[in-house]
Amino acid sequence: MLHATEVLGANTVDSLGNFVGRVKEMFVEPADQPNRVARLMLSRGQYRPLLARHDQIAFVGPGKVRLSTEESELELYKPNEAWLGVGKDLLDQQIIDTDGRKVVRVNDIDLDDVQTNGNMELRITQVDVGLPGAVRRLLQGVVPPMGIRRIQEKLPPRKIRWEFVNLIESDPLRRVKLRLTSERLAALHPADLAEIMEELSPEERQGIVASLPEEAAAETIAELDERLQTQVVEGLDAEHAAGIIEEMSPDAAADLMSHLEPEKTQEVLEEMDHREAEDVRELLRFEANSAGGLMNTEVVVVGEDATRGEVVDYIRFHELAADQLDNVVLLNKDAAFAGTVPLGRLLLADSEQRMLELIADPLLSVTPDMSDKDVFELFDKYNLRSLTVVNKDKHPIGTITVDDVVSKLQEKLA
Amino acid sequence: MNASNANSGAWATWSARGKDFLRRTRVTRRRLAVLLAVIGPGLITSNVDNDAGGITTYTQAGAQFGYTMLWSLVPMTIALYVSGEMCARMGVVTGKGLSDLIREEFGFRSTFFVMLAALAVDLGNTVAEFAGVAASMQIFGVSKYISVPLAAIAVWLLVVRGSYSQVEKIFLVACGFYLTYVVSAILAKPDWLVAAKETVAPTFHFTTEYLLMLTALVGTTIAPWQFFYMQAGFVEKHVGAKQYKHARLDVILGSISCMVIVFFIIVCCAATLNKNGLTNITDAAQAAAALTPLAGKWASYLFAFGLLNASLFAASILPLSTAHVICEGLGFEAGLDRKVKEAPAFYSLYTGLIVVGGGIILLPRAPLFKILILSQVANGVWLPVVLIFILLLINRRDLMGDHTNSWGFNLVAWATSVIMIILTVVLVYTAIVQPSGSELTGSWLHWP
Repeated sequence: MLHATEVLGANTVDSLGNFVGRVKEMFVEPADQPNRVARLMLSRGQYRPLLARHDQIAFVGPGKVRLSTEESELELYKPNEAWLGVGKDLLDQQIIDTDGRKVVRVNDIDLDDVQTNGNMELRITQVDVGLPGAVRRLLQGVVPPMGIRRIQEKLPPRKIRWEFVNLIESDPLRRVKLRLTSERLAALHPADLAEIMEELSPEERQGIVASLPEEAAAETIAELDERLQTQVVEGLDAEHAAGIIEEMSPDAAADLMSHLEPEKTQEVLEEMDHREAEDVRELLRFEANSAGGLMNTEVVVVGEDATRGEVVDYIRFHELAADQLDNVVLLNKDAAFAGTVPLGRLLLADSEQRMLELIADPLLSVTPDMSDKDVFELFDKYNLRSLTVVNKDKHPIGTITVDDVVSKLQEKLA
Repeated sequence: MNASNANSGAWATWSARGKDFLRRTRVTRRRLAVLLAVIGPGLITSNVDNDAGGITTYTQAGAQFGYTMLWSLVPMTIALYVSGEMCARMGVVTGKGLSDLIREEFGFRSTFFVMLAALAVDLGNTVAEFAGVAASMQIFGVSKYISVPLAAIAVWLLVVRGSYSQVEKIFLVACGFYLTYVVSAILAKPDWLVAAKETVAPTFHFTTEYLLMLTALVGTTIAPWQFFYMQAGFVEKHVGAKQYKHARLDVILGSISCMVIVFFIIVCCAATLNKNGLTNITDAAQAAAALTPLAGKWASYLFAFGLLNASLFAASILPLSTAHVICEGLGFEAGLDRKVKEAPAFYSLYTGLIVVGGGIILLPRAPLFKILILSQVANGVWLPVVLIFILLLINRRDLMGDHTNSWGFNLVAWATSVIMIILTVVLVYTAIVQPSGSELTGSWLHWP
């Protein structure tokens, strides 16, 4: 096993024993193979550097490289954006550890040496983000490699496997060339990904958001802090922003858009699907610190005479999202609010029982202009998990759920 | 209609007017909130500029050299603004801290040595803060063996356990203390004409003391640790490129307010201490005499209070900032939101700085005032190195896009670095070659 710092700067000789140059950089070609060192760049002082391909390398050891061909067979170096430079793009740069779910800085890289067809290939196995790598970088060139290895064995290692490493590249074109995918990122919990994104620079953040599928992007943006949310969304073009915001629930969308510049808000609303835009516009009319500003307009509403069986069929048929099912809101014959049925009761009921037998008490509803402080008091007093908001005609227009209450309270505490 | 109806009618009108007002001013209020949210790092940094080392250096400058150092204020303000603005710009455009950028662009080894030097110099500054605590409490008759450990424990607890932002506000308010120098300066009836002349026309002496004081002056005004702190501050606040103008305003206000205060401190000390022959300040009571025009016999208590406040404020910020910067540069976990087990390097560094910083002061016969000034000289020597790193980074198009330096900024920043390097070299040369005719300088470089 070799370390990148042991190979960079190594003296390189060709098959005839002539000194060719020193290893200045190692390149990986992700389009070809994602972890193999495909080329070595050899610097020769004032002459242009040469490139040695992986099938031209006979042996690599700490501080020395021997090629399997003569110097005349090597090509001249030309920069190529589709190549990943170990020194430039990895060492000392920040990467996302998708396993540990955080941003770390690369100190060194572990390479496996594999013999194939008489040549030696180097494969990247792990990335070193701990003390041993740091010590090695410090002492490289000053203390001989064997000495460094002996020192580093005593230090606690911290490494990340290459498959969990997600490179941070803000240029979208280069992302494509380097075959950087965001599957692993999208698989992270949105709150974890949001925390990671908060540690990055603005362009890197935009790069990640641009590469995520819209649903994942929406969930992640919803978890960012307000100022970052605004920055990220304003950095997207209106169409893309609209696509992402459509994936958010209307109350989260309205929250987000209330902080955008008015022109941007208008542009995005125009790009959005008409009905979703209407939902958001409605919510935008309410003050942020009122019941209307807290509520979510996506509610499950059924008649009070419906049976449990009918309601379950209805829910399944309409493929409603599971997070809206904390409560079912009931309407009476005048389409006015008649009560709510919590999920627990729905679960335990017989399929023939009518909703109005299952209503939870107390029968509470609020108007959208109620202040958020009063809403919180109600939640506390009656141990609520959700609260229905009704308009002047007592028709339910939305629900406030306890997670929104917690978020708002947390904001006020901070 | 009875009385209560009338009242409720009136109440309803006012309430409606209130809501209407809130709605109409929503945009303005939002803009103001954005401004207030961004301003902070620059203003705080400039206030911390006037820490124990600062007050002492400015006091000594005025006491020993009268008005003759005032010419350096205008160039220093320009240099302060330019370097601060560069850090703010880098923080806003790249979204990364200074040590992160140094790591990413110059590699691990360079970062390591920069961090090592930063640790040494910042330790010196921390020692200076505790020196300030000891000196100020001596006026109240409290021995340093009591005041320093108490202060160290208090600061440690405050930062690690307390609500930092509330305390920051208290400290900032107490920084109104500096205005006492303004009033005192005016009451002391200084020779305004001479002061004005010295501010524009440089007088220069090639003596070791003068050079030492000049280096200390620059070092305490443009302390390198503040660059790291300010850039990190703007990064933490997620100041975007759109709000950059606010950040720049913050830096301008900070620089100007800092130099105005410095001017008055020097003038005040020149008019009181220097005029009365107190040209070598060795303890806080002597320095406090500068405030007698304002406070009469209460001058020493007023001074002690101000010095204590400045020292505690800086002692809360400086070691924390240093620990952050070093950990981030070298890739260790850092941050008060992490537990000790999760971020051992960070907590060890922070605690170590406080313990060693306070410990050095507790050594018997530690010359407090000399330590204060020499720590600022260290700042001045270290300054050009950091400035050069900043210059190399800020002129890179691939980092800063269109926001690289203008030629004017480059000129000022490079000039500052070169001047400081020359100053250091000349200082060392004269210190060795003319091992001082004056007992003053002799005494500077010796432990008693």
